[in-house]
This record gives sequence, C-alpha cells and structure tokens, in this order.
Amino acid sequence: MAGYIFRRILQAIPVLLGTTFLIYFMVFAMPGDPLLALFGDKTPNPALLERLRQEYHLDQPFIVQYFLYLGGILRGDFGTSFSGEPVSAILARTFPVTIRLAIMALFIEFVGGVLIGLVSGLRKGKLFDASALVVSLIFISLPIFVIAFVGQFIFGIQLGWARTTVSSGAPIQDLILPAFVLASITFAQIVRLTRASVIETQSLDFVRTAYGKGLTRRRIIPVHILRNSLIPVVTYAATDFGVLLVGATVTEGIFNVPGVGRTLYQAIIRGEGPTVVSFVTVMVLIYLVVNLVVDLLYGLLDPRIRYVK
Amino acid sequence: MSDRITASSDEQAPLLKIRDLQVGFQTTEGVVPAVRGVDLTLMPGQTLAIVGESGSGKSTTAHAIINLLPGPGRITGGSIEFDGKELTKYSEKEMEEIRGKLIGFVPQDPMSNLNPVWSIGFQVEETIRANGIATGRKEVRAHAIQVLREAGLADADKRLKQFPHQFSGGMRQRVLIGIGLSSRPKLLIADEPTSALDVTVQRRILDHLETLTRDIGTAVLFITHDLGLAAERAEQLVVMYKGKIVEAGPSKEILQNPIHPYTQRLVAAAPSLASRRIQSATHESATHALSDLDYAPTSVTEGLDLIAAAEQRLEHLPTTKRPDAIVVKDLTKVYKIRGQGRGASGEVIASDKVNFSVEKGTTTALVGESGSGKSTVARMILRLEDPTSGSIMIDGQDVAPLKGKQLLDLRRRMQPVFQDPYGSLDPLRNIGNTIGEPLHTHKVGDRTSRKERVLELLDQVALPQSLITRYPNELSGGQRQRVAIARALALKPDVVILDEAVSALDVLVQAQILKLLADLQAELELTYLFITHDLAVVRVIADNVCVMQKGRIVEAASTDDVFDNPQEQYTKELLNAIPGAGITLGV
Repeated sequence: MAGYIFRRILQAIPVLLGTTFLIYFMVFAMPGDPLLALFGDKTPNPALLERLRQEYHLDQPFIVQYFLYLGGILRGDFGTSFSGEPVSAILARTFPVTIRLAIMALFIEFVGGVLIGLVSGLRKGKLFDASALVVSLIFISLPIFVIAFVGQFIFGIQLGWARTTVSSGAPIQDLILPAFVLASITFAQIVRLTRASVIETQSLDFVRTAYGKGLTRRRIIPVHILRNSLIPVVTYAATDFGVLLVGATVTEGIFNVPGVGRTLYQAIIRGEGPTVVSFVTVMVLIYLVVNLVVDLLYGLLDPRIRYVK
Repeated sequence: MSDRITASSDEQAPLLKIRDLQVGFQTTEGVVPAVRGVDLTLMPGQTLAIVGESGSGKSTTAHAIINLLPGPGRITGGSIEFDGKELTKYSEKEMEEIRGKLIGFVPQDPMSNLNPVWSIGFQVEETIRANGIATGRKEVRAHAIQVLREAGLADADKRLKQFPHQFSGGMRQRVLIGIGLSSRPKLLIADEPTSALDVTVQRRILDHLETLTRDIGTAVLFITHDLGLAAERAEQLVVMYKGKIVEAGPSKEILQNPIHPYTQRLVAAAPSLASRRIQSATHESATHALSDLDYAPTSVTEGLDLIAAAEQRLEHLPTTKRPDAIVVKDLTKVYKIRGQGRGASGEVIASDKVNFSVEKGTTTALVGESGSGKSTVARMILRLEDPTSGSIMIDGQDVAPLKGKQLLDLRRRMQPVFQDPYGSLDPLRNIGNTIGEPLHTHKVGDRTSRKERVLELLDQVALPQSLITRYPNELSGGQRQRVAIARALALKPDVVILDEAVSALDVLVQAQILKLLADLQAELELTYLFITHDLAVVRVIADNVCVMQKGRIVEAASTDDVFDNPQEQYTKELLNAIPGAGITLGV
C-alpha cells in the first residue's frame, strides 16, 4: 500500500511540472503589458516601471522567469502579487474558505443524494421516485446562478433564514446557503446515479441468494444493495470535489464569498503570472490528492480491485 | 401423471406438496403464465429432479416455493404445502423465517451469486446469524468454518477472509452449498447447481452434495436441464415443458420408457445418454448398428436424435486415408505473468509441446477442463495468438510466416465458431450483414451475389430467410449459434474451429446444432477441430480425441479407443464425470 502511494506521488511530479509550465506560458502569452495595465490611465514613471520589471523578473526571457518561479516554490516562496502581498498569504487566506464551502457542498449532495436515490431506486415507479426524478431534472436544467438568486430571494429575503452575502471570515452558518446552491446540481446527478445503481444491484443474483439465505430486507438493503451501489457514486462524488472547487467561482461571486474563485478571476484579469500559476498549482495538487483518495476508496469499497499489497 | 409418485409414497407425510401451482409474470400486455398447474410431492429425505429446457418453468417453480420470484412474478393460484404449512399464504416476514432455516437454496451460477464486495467468511457468518444457528462472534465463526469444511473447503479457517474473486468456480459453489446447508434445512432447493462448472468438478460437487444431504437427512429438489444428470442424482423425476408437467415418476422408468414426446426428445438429445448408448452399442457389435437400441427414433425426435446424427456422420466419413488438414508440432505457448507482490515474475505454460494432426474431412476433439490450454491451442491455430515455439501447418502450409494477403487467404480457409452465442454477434448489425460480413471483408462477389449467398447460408443452417433483416437480440440462443455457424461457412472454409460451440446451449438446441454440424460436414467435407470440456458430446461428433491436461496432451486416440480403453487416469476421470455413468440402461 505504501509503495503504491509512493509511486502515485512520483507520478504526480511530471503532471505538476507540465501543468505549471502550461499555465505559466499561457499567462506569459496573454496580450498587453501587465505593469502598464496596473497604472491604468496614468503615465508611469519609467524608473519605477524599470524597478518593478526587475523585481518581478519581467525583463527576463520566459523560460528564465519560469525557472526562477519554480525555484522560489521549492524554497516555499510563491512570489509576490502586484499589490505587494505574498502569494502564499493570499493562498492561505482564500483556499480554506473555498475548501470549507466545497466540503459542505459535498456532504450535502452526497448524504442527500444517496438517501433520496436509494429510496427512489427501492420504490421504482412509485410516487416518491417519480417526484424525485422530476425535481432532479429541474435542478439539472437550471443554471447555477438562477438557483442562487432564487435561494437568496426565498431564504435570504422572504424567510430571512440566511444572509444573502457572506461576511468576512466566512463563518460556517453564512456558508450554508451557498453550499446548498453549490450542491444542487451535483445533488441531482447523485440522486439519479444512485437510483440507477440501486435498481441494477437489486436485480443481481447475489441479492436473490441473500434472500434465499434467510436474511431480512432490513439487512439486505444496507449490506448487499447499498454498499455495492455506492461504488460508482463514490467515484463520481469524489472526483466532483475538484469540480466543486472550480465551480465555486460563480457561487462565490453571487454570495460574495472571499474564496479562491473571486481572487483567481481578478488575478487572471491583471495578468499576475505568479498568482495565477500558484493558484492553479494548488488546484492541480488538490485534484491529484483527491484522485489518489478516490482510487484508495475504490479499493476499500471493491476488494476485486484492491491494490497489490 | 403424478399418480406414479403418490403411489410410491408410504404412510409418511410428504415434506413438500405442490398442487395446481400457477405462476404468472405481470407485463404491460397482461399476465404471462410461466407455471401452469404443477403438481409434485416430495417425501422427507428424498431427492426429486425437475427437468426441462430454459423457459420450461422449472426454476420459476423452485423460486415460487420460497417466494424468490423476480419483481413482476406472482403466484396466481394453487397451493404449496411445506411440512403441513401453506406457504402461499405466508407474509414476507413469515417467509424470512422459512428461508435459509427450513429450506436451503443453492443457486445456479457460482460466479454471480456471492456478493463480490464481502469476504466469504462474512457471507457465511451472516447466514448463520440470521438463522439463529449460533450466537456470539466465536461460535458463529467456528460454525462457519465447520460448514465450509463440510462443504469441502479443507482450509476454510485460512480462507474466511478471502473474497469471492479469489475462489475458483467450483470452490464458490462449495461455499454456496455450505451456506444452503448451514442450518441443516429439511429441504434444499438446488437450482442447476453445477451447470456452470466443468464436468469433473460437477461430479465431485454433486457426489459431495449427495453424501451431505443423505447424512443430514435433507430432501433435495434438484433443477437441471440434463436428463442424464437428473436420472443419476434423483430417485424421482418431473419433466416440465412450457410451464406444465408432462411426465413424472421414478427416474429409471422414465429414462427407459419415456412416454411423452417431449421426454422422448430429451432422452434422444441428452449427450450423456447418447454417449452411453453409443458406447454399449459398439461393445456389442463391431458394426455401428446404433439405432438397433432400446430406443428407436420417431418423428417426434426428428433432427434431435444424437445417435442418428452420429451414425449418419460415420456413414459419410471417408474410408481411405486423407491428407492432413491441420498438423500441429511441438506447439508451445508461455505466458509471462507479473509477480504478485513479491516482485517475482512467473511463467505459465498454457500449451506445452502439443502435437496432433487432423485428417481432412474428419473431426478431432480437444478435451479438457478450463485452464487445460485447449482454447489457447485453438487461438494459436487461428493465428489470434502467436506461439512461443512450435509450428502449425494448414493444408501443408506453415502459417507462422504468413502476413497481409496470405494471412487473409488463410483466414478464409479457416473459420471459428465461439462459445457464447450472445457475445459473438454484434448487436447493432442485422443477421444478413453479420453473415455477409466475411464476404465483404474478403471482397467476394458483388452485392447481389453476396445477398444470394447469405440466403443460401440461412438455408444451410436451417434458418428462415426472413431473419435476414432481424437483429441478434430478437433471436434465441440456438438461432444465434446457427447464425455464427453460417457466418463461419460464408467463405466456404475447409477447416472450422469450434471452441465450446455447443456448451452454452440447452440440450435440445445442442442436439440440433450437433446434428447440423454433422450434416454440414458430410455435405461440405469440412474438417472440424472441436474444443470442449464435455466428453459426452465428443462421443457423438468426433473421430479422434486429444485429452489435454495442464497444457499437455495426455492421451490421443480414436474416439472408440478413448471410450473403450482409456489409458490415463485423467481420461478415466473425465469419462466417469459424464452424467449418467452410473445408470444401467436396459440395452
């Protein structure tokens, strides 16, 4: 197991190098001078401009800039944003907020989706199943910002249960509404996936045999139907965690969450190479870790693909 | 018909009494009846077999007893009395008390009947706990080990933590038998418990099951499609056809004097029985006067009688020595396998210096259990896999160096038919395109001549021409296998490699296909390499037999010699494993 994890970490190195290089190159290739843009309408002082250029290594050729940046990362220095704040500080400020939001959304969509999907699958064709399908279809077809605005209107303004925007520091109670909004789309997918999986598992031979063995329905549903049905659902939900981090951009914007999405968007507009690349690098890292966790989880759920010890 | 059974019962009360059982399946077009008035009686400790083809309602009857019918299935009438209690009136809750505890169940396919995500130990232990046989972790565990040991897993204590995929099919079926018998039930329902297994494994498992149930005193309801197997394993037989019982009574009586035409057909078509009869015939006279037996073919069994097929085949057989169509010399295939954990890599010798030749226009059977290497040899001959060493000559031509167009020419002369009639046809191509595809690939003729050839082929394999626009999912298993054979014949090959081509089929369909193969061989002078695990079929179709074990040919001789005078212990085991070997037929 340890050997397997070690191999996976080794595999992650070229992936990280490749993605950072690509992102760095794309930011570099963006038209316009980022420093001039920073000054807006004002004519910049040439001496100041020159100093800034040197400070951010913008006078160096692309490949040198890239390696200087990489070398910095190895020393724990992610560079400095144009506002003078170290990028590592921005990372430390924004990522926890977005990750908190994503975990809350994941929890909501997984627990809710699996429960509703399970009941739907067990009662295929009944009223509960039909309504769950219709509701999930509605959620799938609505754009996330519509759901967000409706949520803000009903729960924030009409009922007054939640704040329409998140206060600084992003406390958990403020994040509940955005988390539900963020969860809504994948939640519908998980309902449908679980439902289909439960229906399929129910008709498998070993379930019939389980009844034949004298087991009760109360035992067969969690032990023999749910566990087997969860395998595809867990894979989907876990890879979706990465999507949640990125997909949070719109939701964060609407609810004014001080998270990754907003900050990254601004950095891209300003052409801040180190900031953009650092954010993407951390995201890639999270993706890789999540993928590894999914694969390990998969082995835990399904012994047939458990990794060679 | 059931009076034969009730007459044989003594004062003892029956354990299971089914009267006028009706089972229907709810569909959008109304209720489709699957079981239409079944009566049967099973005494305590007795074994009763229900025989019939797929769709005859035999499994549905068995499932109805413990209410394991799939979703839309309902008991629509009749009564099932078990130990004096009326089961049809039982609620689901009450039925849970009966299942597993009083009536054990052994399902058909060991591969799909254990939950792949739970360990073997877990699945045995939960049964023991659910039926209240033992309580407390240690007792339950001890009982699980005991149950598995009884079922024939000697190292059960070490294997409890293993998962189903780490067990062979035979071992899994032992686990399922252990589970079925774990609570010492009064009745065991065994639904084709061995039809997915090799014949030798089947024999060992059924022997074991017999001993176990006799010791415990469990009555067995045995479901099978093989009349020979049923007669060997059960005192009483019930033959089902289209949801009804057409004949019932003591096994031997039915076997020796089948009254209903359907039973007659089953007797004629069962390879196990046919091979026995052919065997006794060759013993009594030097000439192959096969049809002078107890059982004469009638119009009912037209096209199904294996003996007639075998005899007819022999008549057409060339008497003079013909050139060899296939010559295999020192054929070896070594697979490298990646080491499991220890970093060591190993080798598996799938085929070890295999030598044999097949005379033109004859049939050679390659026989062995799964894993014996017989399919590997077939794949190498087809050039689907390259041999590690050794040579293959087809019509005197070495196939190893062939490439491009020459290889295509070889493929034209040599065609395969595979086991699974469901997997070997493209579901998105209609039958006409499927059969015509080889013609298209090899650029034979134009559109109209190809279409004519396809129609001709459909005639040859006795399928209606109207099937040309149909799709595989609209066809039965037997029809699909006919399509596969037609496709193989499209290019007028000389050699046909039949890899378990009849193993997945019901006996009646199997008999029809075997007959068809025999007819085609006589008509087209085909050379067959027939790969199978079932020696009974070999008796009917093959001239020569090569018995393979662990990659080697351990015995090679003419079919008569192999059956009359087997040299190797392994061959004897295979012969003994033919169901019905223990039955003395009145011949």
